[in-house]
Amino acid sequence: MASILSLLRRERLWTFHGGIHVPDEKALSNGRAVETMPLPKRLVIPLQQHIGATARPVVKVGERVLKGQLLAQAEGYVSACIHASSSGTLVAIEPRPVPHPSGLSALCAVIETDGEDTWAELPEPMTRYAQLDTSEIRERIRWAGVVGLGGASFPTSVKLNPGPDQRIRTLIINGAECEPYITCDDLLMRERAGDILAGARIMHHLLGDPRILIGIEDNKPEAFEAMRFALAETDMRGYTEIRSIPTLYPSGGEKQLIRILTGAEVPTHAIPARIGIVCQNVGSAAAVADAVLEGRPLISRIVTVTGRAIDEPRNLEVRIGTPVSDLIAHCGGYRERPRKLVCGGPMMGFEIAHPTIPVTKPANCVLALTEVEAPDPGPALACIRCGRCAEVCPAKLLPQQLYWHARAKDLDRVQDYNLFDCIECGCCAQVCPSHIPLVQYYRYAKNEVWAREEDKRKAELARMRHESKQARLERQERERKARLRQKKESLEAGPGKSQTDQDAKKAAIEAAKQRAAAKKAAAAKAEETDDA
Amino acid sequence: MSATLVCSPHGSRPNRVDRVMQEVLLALVPGVLAMIWFFGWGVLINIMLAVAVAVAAEAAVMLVRRRPIGPAIGDYSAVVTAVLFAISVPPTLPWWMTLLGMLFAIVLVKQLYGGIGYNPFNPAMAAYVFLLVSYPVAMTTWLAPDMLAEHAVSFTESLRLIFAGALPSGVEWDAISAATPLDEMRGKLDQGMSIAEIRLSPLWGDFGGRGWEWVANGFLLGGVYLLWRRIITWHIPVSMLAALAVAAGAFWLLDPTTHPVPAFHLFSGAAIVGAFFIATDPVSACTTKTGQIIFGASIGLVVFVIRTWGGYPDAVAFAVLLMNIAAPTIDHYTQPRVFGHTGNRAKP
Repeated sequence: MASILSLLRRERLWTFHGGIHVPDEKALSNGRAVETMPLPKRLVIPLQQHIGATARPVVKVGERVLKGQLLAQAEGYVSACIHASSSGTLVAIEPRPVPHPSGLSALCAVIETDGEDTWAELPEPMTRYAQLDTSEIRERIRWAGVVGLGGASFPTSVKLNPGPDQRIRTLIINGAECEPYITCDDLLMRERAGDILAGARIMHHLLGDPRILIGIEDNKPEAFEAMRFALAETDMRGYTEIRSIPTLYPSGGEKQLIRILTGAEVPTHAIPARIGIVCQNVGSAAAVADAVLEGRPLISRIVTVTGRAIDEPRNLEVRIGTPVSDLIAHCGGYRERPRKLVCGGPMMGFEIAHPTIPVTKPANCVLALTEVEAPDPGPALACIRCGRCAEVCPAKLLPQQLYWHARAKDLDRVQDYNLFDCIECGCCAQVCPSHIPLVQYYRYAKNEVWAREEDKRKAELARMRHESKQARLERQERERKARLRQKKESLEAGPGKSQTDQDAKKAAIEAAKQRAAAKKAAAAKAEETDDA
Repeated sequence: MSATLVCSPHGSRPNRVDRVMQEVLLALVPGVLAMIWFFGWGVLINIMLAVAVAVAAEAAVMLVRRRPIGPAIGDYSAVVTAVLFAISVPPTLPWWMTLLGMLFAIVLVKQLYGGIGYNPFNPAMAAYVFLLVSYPVAMTTWLAPDMLAEHAVSFTESLRLIFAGALPSGVEWDAISAATPLDEMRGKLDQGMSIAEIRLSPLWGDFGGRGWEWVANGFLLGGVYLLWRRIITWHIPVSMLAALAVAAGAFWLLDPTTHPVPAFHLFSGAAIVGAFFIATDPVSACTTKTGQIIFGASIGLVVFVIRTWGGYPDAVAFAVLLMNIAAPTIDHYTQPRVFGHTGNRAKP
């Protein structure tokens, strides 16, 4: 009877088009509690771990820094502060390889740790934040360097400031964690459910009291129970709901989760705030609670170290800046030679070339895949137009047509087929029987379009420069001609203008002639006398 | 670890073209067994001959095009084409016609357009139609189903029929052949006979042509298997069969004396095998879901129109080829609404 009632009471869920069921592989790493990773000898902390401008360093090389001390100040509106994750000496600020699909280097602060792990003086906890001005709380979150921890790493303080004319009706806390293998959010929800709710409550306050919806995929029953238990302890029940959603990749995608929980579709090229929704990851919520209630900046995160090539997969609480190779070593090293080392999940993560790269704020998973888990897909075969890609596309695109046009470099057509609505979730490539690397084609096409836009912009600039130069030259020519004409006119018109002028000139010339003649005469006279 | 950086996704990919084709071949088994049961060993001999020629032709073209031969043959697509062709033609078809048909299908219809994935027409159906218009008599001389034949053709007799054109000793064509049920229906309706009279013919079984209805059931079973394995979706087969049944049903209700019951249309010719195995050929069919429904329904209607008023008793091959040409246009006008968009689609 009770179960029937709960069924009746269950809130409605919506579905999005497509999506795929992939073996979730979460059991590899979700069996043990989160362990704290020991302090490494050296921390390499990138100065850009977020979408937006690189933070500006505020410390000098050689300086002693303390745990939690500000290393780099957020520069510009969309940016995030970077802090030291342990105490030690700042030995360098230089480019180092960072976790990025390009494999390129970026500016990093390198700290030689002293092993003492001494905290810097932290700001006062804002336990009575409800009485504070919202801008003050946002400033604290900005100072703490909190960014979206689900992978996109958008600065949280910016997302919590939708503007005065935007009424936020729903705050969604994303606990879906739909990528296979990754379990860091699962463990976070199990172990720190209270903190997540406390963070959600702060966000609720900042956003003007919207309702809170928490979505968790139904393959994480322990996390769901932990969150429900924690919610029952709070006074948030009136406006908060925790919903178990079906396990289907990519239900953790922001737009997909919004659709599942509210039925709303975020309009293309718009942010969710436009339809009164803000979506935050559970990790970000916990980090907001740390920042506001304890004055602690974001200097560590939970990282899932997993894959069948790892000897003992598990979740680790890792200081930002710890090398990935240390994490792997801490998990017993490799059980077998990995064919691929991936940062992030298997569906959307990127392969990393150097295991020496550091853990950053958005790095939720280190995945070492064996030959069996990630076999060489072999050369791509011809597309047989089976249409499976379109069946699974959560954006309801036609991946096959996008592929044809991207391959033909027909940049207008790819945009007509809404290339920029592609979220690169990889569903299409995953089901493609011809093993065509579809996502790679879309990324390529996007880059080509961006490059073309850039070229267009440059060409436009060049055209404007050329035109203004031309105009300047023409103007100068006109002015020169005008000057000449004026001079000529004044010369020609001169005599007619004043007779006296003319006479004066003539008189002057006459006088000069006389003077010269007199001089000559005088000289001749002198010569005569000399000769004589 | 691999040295090259490869784009996501990184896991193993369960789908493969060769596995898709293998599933299709597996799904064809019940229907093919039923055909062999009712129409003799010629069916099997045709299949083996067609497969051998198709694979050899595919390999030869790859050799000429200087492409790797292994993947082209290993994807089993030529085998599928061969089997579909072989079950469409009469079980006694002379061997050189099968050879000609397969060369036409593989070299012209498939490879000259660029190979798998690029052919605008279904190769098996194109070859079938090519032979039908070139050799109409041979292509319409069918064996009678087993229970109606006066003489059951043995395996060696089948071999001699196909390779030497020699009838079994002391047996005339009439003893082993019969018109197909659709042919019989067309012919007798044209002679002014009513359905009730035609139904007395021994060719009429429980709900379709005798023997034919069980062949159709075999292919239906295979079709359900393909749906279950998600090799195909319901859109094309269901819309095609529904359109055929609705059109046949409407005319049958209007005038049951000159129009056979819808079940006859569905189970007496190539409608079932066409709906599940031929119209669903992904390469030459529509790819959008709405497009697939329009594509399938159009095939069903064209089949009914040709069967009822056209010059051929069966029309699945013609209908499929006709709609193959229309597929790209249908796809163009049936693009789905993209997530987050309000009604605007790709510009024409």
